[in-house]
Amino acid sequence: MELRVGNESAYAYTGGKAFDPKLPAVAFIHGGAQDHSAWILQSRYLAHHGHAVLAADLPGHGRSGGASLASIESMAAWLIALLDAAQVRAAALVGHSMGSLVALECAARYPRRVSRIALIGTAFPMSVSPDLLEAARSKESEAQRMINVWSHAAYAHYPSNPGPGFWVSGGNLRLMQRQKRGALHADFAACEAYAAGFERAAQVSCPALVLLGARDAMTPARAGRELAKAVPRATVRTLGESGHNLMGEKPDEILDALVEFLRA
Amino acid sequence: MAAPRSLQFDTLTLHAGQRPDPVTGARATPIYFTTSFVFRDADHAAALFNMERGGHVYSRISNPTNAVLEERIAALEGGVGAIATASGQAALHLAVATIAGAGSHLVASRALYGGSHNLLSYTLPRFGIETSFVDPRDLSAWKNAIRPNTRLLFGETLGNPGLDVLDIPSVSAIAHGAKLPLLVDSTFTTPYLLRPFDHGADLVYHSATKFIGGHGVAIGGLLVDGGTFDWEASGKFPELTEPYAGFHGMDFQEESTVAAFLLRARREGLRDFGACMSPATAFQLLQGVETLPLRMERHVANTRKVIGFLAGQSSVESIAYPELESHPDYALAKRLLPRGCGAVLSFNLEGGRESGRRFIESLRIFSHLANVGDAKSLVIHPASTTHFRMSDKALAEAGIGPGTIRLSIGLEDPDDLIEDLSRGLRAAKV
Repeated sequence: MELRVGNESAYAYTGGKAFDPKLPAVAFIHGGAQDHSAWILQSRYLAHHGHAVLAADLPGHGRSGGASLASIESMAAWLIALLDAAQVRAAALVGHSMGSLVALECAARYPRRVSRIALIGTAFPMSVSPDLLEAARSKESEAQRMINVWSHAAYAHYPSNPGPGFWVSGGNLRLMQRQKRGALHADFAACEAYAAGFERAAQVSCPALVLLGARDAMTPARAGRELAKAVPRATVRTLGESGHNLMGEKPDEILDALVEFLRA
Repeated sequence: MAAPRSLQFDTLTLHAGQRPDPVTGARATPIYFTTSFVFRDADHAAALFNMERGGHVYSRISNPTNAVLEERIAALEGGVGAIATASGQAALHLAVATIAGAGSHLVASRALYGGSHNLLSYTLPRFGIETSFVDPRDLSAWKNAIRPNTRLLFGETLGNPGLDVLDIPSVSAIAHGAKLPLLVDSTFTTPYLLRPFDHGADLVYHSATKFIGGHGVAIGGLLVDGGTFDWEASGKFPELTEPYAGFHGMDFQEESTVAAFLLRARREGLRDFGACMSPATAFQLLQGVETLPLRMERHVANTRKVIGFLAGQSSVESIAYPELESHPDYALAKRLLPRGCGAVLSFNLEGGRESGRRFIESLRIFSHLANVGDAKSLVIHPASTTHFRMSDKALAEAGIGPGTIRLSIGLEDPDDLIEDLSRGLRAAKV
């Protein structure tokens, strides 16, 4: 679905169904150097099971116009503006990695617009080492390769994502490569600069689900659990044999957890 | 910060796409001999049919054994996924049929495997798909052959019969300049020798019957999507960028930024044309993949020794192999194929058709048959077999001489192969 946010085009995948803002809304927020298709199965399922789905492409990513936003705070404001454009009063927010910080920021700053949050592959602080940040700036392809290695715990996935015959690691790398040049560095810089995580976490009043990968080398599970402790109504689940690309490596488990959480 | 290692090619041939069976602990890939798969409940069934969950429904569409082979070849090629098909020809047809239809046009190298040439020249025109053939070395010919209705450029990494090396970087640049993808048949080189996606190709397929399997016991094909081509930006592929009534109104490019082609190929082409691979075949091909690096290294080493021998024989008029300075693609081969130019070569024997016939019939180790890429060495004399009805003039136009012999070098002791060839050359002179 094409929308306008400010002066730029904004794209959100609606899960293969016409968007109906009267249904309970779920907004998906992708991680760094990704786009809406990171949520291909989860968003499609929920759209066909009674939800109004917006799997957004953040500015400068995928099909959305504009440049990458420089801070988590500005991404949060953009997401609320996207909800406005889609005529959604309140939504459950599901964020992965950088997107989880956006969901956290939204829940704290705009409590009436956020009914619940699911934070996947999250951590605070979401530090990015100076070396990796520099690689993202000056050696983007090598940074993408390293992130891809760190993002996966296995070399085989059953039944793979989005289905049998797809090489999860190859798909994840190509998705990063298909984003605009510079998006990775901008996203990592935003994660590194975000300082208000614990403060915002304490302000979250809605239910929260935290889904972590036991073998996540990008946002280690222990750092995710520390953040979860600061969220008053958080439930934590750690998925074994998963790295940072949880939707790629554990698509069914992520979907099942989201369905249960949204039903509660 | 220590940079993490990516798994290397040899390791991927053994591990990509497979781990010990989660139910039985089997280390090898089990053969899932089942037509269909049980749904957990009605919602699970609906979700699988609507691509809301990944999983298996029916073995024509996907099978766990096939999936291991598909994911492994995708990993080796550096792609996003693959589809196993009944043969290499089925893979080519699936690639074309996914993005072309009546009124479409293709541009293809004229140096193609005969089966591919037949499909493009005679069969696809019956369904409204026309092909223009070009000299693969003539870059301006590629460019000039493109029409408004062209949907695909297509060539082989090593062409037939002259082993023309496809200039993938240049031809892909021409394709992309016209907002078209480049499809490459990589059968002769395998990803061990050349990964076409690294050089600009968008789609790759193999006749896995040849070097991928290596054992000569199974027919199969593999179609791999590089995930690189932007179908939306091209604007020429409504099959991938507009809702498809045949699959829940799905817009495949919207659904997946990187795998639109493969989604449609599986959800339409494999479903409707049905040229799927048996899981038994997938298992057999996987046994081959697991030794691909070892075999290809030996294939190339043996080929170099055989060429060294042939080059010193007075009755051998010429040898076609891109590692030889006499080959027109020598420089290109050095750039694209540093590990070797495969195990297929041809040479011209003095004395014409009769010499060729005597040569073939005196060999004891080389098998006289119409195939390449077996672990066993193979030979064919086109003028007395596959092309025996053609005049010398017609043969010449096809790049084949009356004394042209094609060899596919296997994994035997190279000195035994050389002795066998010596026997053949002596017989040819009689």
